[in-house]
Amino acid sequence: MKVLLVDDSATMRRIQKTQLQNMGVKDILEAGNGEEALNILHDNMPVDKILLDWNMPVMDGMTFLKKVRQIDTYKNVKIIMCTSESEKCRVLDALKAGANNYIIKPFENTALKEKLGL
Amino acid sequence: MNVAYVNPFITSTIFTFETMLKTSPVAGKPYVKQEPFPAYDVSGIIGLSGDAQGCIAISFPKVVALRIVSAMLGVEIKVIAADLADGIGELANIIAGGAKQHLDGFNLSISLPNVVIGRNHTLGAQRGIPTIVIPFECPLGSFSIEVSLKTR
Repeated sequence: MKVLLVDDSATMRRIQKTQLQNMGVKDILEAGNGEEALNILHDNMPVDKILLDWNMPVMDGMTFLKKVRQIDTYKNVKIIMCTSESEKCRVLDALKAGANNYIIKPFENTALKEKLGL
Repeated sequence: MNVAYVNPFITSTIFTFETMLKTSPVAGKPYVKQEPFPAYDVSGIIGLSGDAQGCIAISFPKVVALRIVSAMLGVEIKVIAADLADGIGELANIIAGGAKQHLDGFNLSISLPNVVIGRNHTLGAQRGIPTIVIPFECPLGSFSIEVSLKTR
């Protein structure tokens, strides 16, 4: 399984990477914003799952999500929003825009594992 | 400022520390900030806008900030560098985001975090908006949250 981590916080990416490695995921890519993530996605398909932050500089998670969902090549990529945006309306907005799942920071390892379907 | 706006930040801070750092901070009695004290070494600041405007800051002595980011990463951080600023900024972001869901009836947006590092710095209040300071104690050390919010 190949997973792309998209978060502007290097700390959060490091936490997520360690958690994923402990779950047995070895192929892990990282991006610091949506624009970087689009480039990485373009060059590294097939990517199976994306853990996507919402608030990021340059290109935020929602903009990235909408762009990815317009591209047929990426239709099978599962996108899990992983953000501190905790209100129900935000969750609904993300799901409507094409996110497959949503996890609110802070989260336990078990919750991440479940949301990733591991 | 309505003190009821402070409780979501206390709840979110405790939950964030329990989940990410496996430690339970205990909140002391909140008080209105009398400048220029308290003074800190590392502060993570998040701006809030929308139905209420202001900011929240989480501030630490240097040694406590280093312990907290080390606990977040599971690796010991010994010096003030990019790792420390990034970790404290993310912690502030998560606490502010968590508090938003408990501020019923407010449509709020949070800014990207800013982190201030400097020995014994103080955070100035916005003019006309009182700042409430909530001191916390946990096994990693003392720290505080400052909440300054103005409703429309």
